[in-house]
Amino acid sequence: MKAVYFAWVRERIGLAEEELSLPEEVKTVSELVDWLVARGEGYALAFENRQSIRAAIDKRHASAHSLIASAREIAFFPPMTGG
Amino acid sequence: MVALKVSVQLEDFSAQEEEKCLLSDRRDIGALISFIGLCRDEEPPLSALELEHYPGMAEAEIAAVAKEASLRWPIFGATIIHRYGMIKPGAQIVLTLVAAAHREAAFASAQFIMDYLKTRAPFWKKRHFSDGTEGDWVAPKIEDDLALDRWLETKPPLP
Repeated sequence: MKAVYFAWVRERIGLAEEELSLPEEVKTVSELVDWLVARGEGYALAFENRQSIRAAIDKRHASAHSLIASAREIAFFPPMTGG
Repeated sequence: MVALKVSVQLEDFSAQEEEKCLLSDRRDIGALISFIGLCRDEEPPLSALELEHYPGMAEAEIAAVAKEASLRWPIFGATIIHRYGMIKPGAQIVLTLVAAAHREAAFASAQFIMDYLKTRAPFWKKRHFSDGTEGDWVAPKIEDDLALDRWLETKPPLP
């Protein structure tokens, strides 16, 4: 599965994208965040305030409970400020 | 058949050209709304706003919002252009055009499109200051979320 990061989430993690090989027990967006946070300081900093992070699965908005089983691409980013 | 045009692009746009294209010699359009969002300078002064976006999702979300507007109001067409990249103070960021028979539908749907676009389309603004100091990311405004509430009273939100 490909993970993509935007704005300050990307800056804190230090990567724009990466390929993830997830253990089977990681089933939801929320569990994926737990798994990422355990990987290192940059991830922990990016997700320190979880309420302020948005996620998308295959370029559609997702929630913390969304299942990631069949996802090709999962994105994490701050609240949007376009327009 | 509602003509919906969405573009996410680096280049600037011409509202006049887009208006001409949307009107396309039709004689049944009675109202045309044109909204342009500009890069506003701030204190301390900006050298530019950097617009980052999620390619693919940005276009899809704007298209979904335009489609929803066309289902809620009787409009003939809409054109939405959103730029990304480095944008200098005074330069154009976003264009929303809506054409309809009457002004009520045109005004309401243009406002609906901008309200939803701000909170659903994956764009992020970073400030770059003219004194060369490190920029910061623009924080979302609580009013932008509240602006959506007025549209929820009549119909459910987008999925």
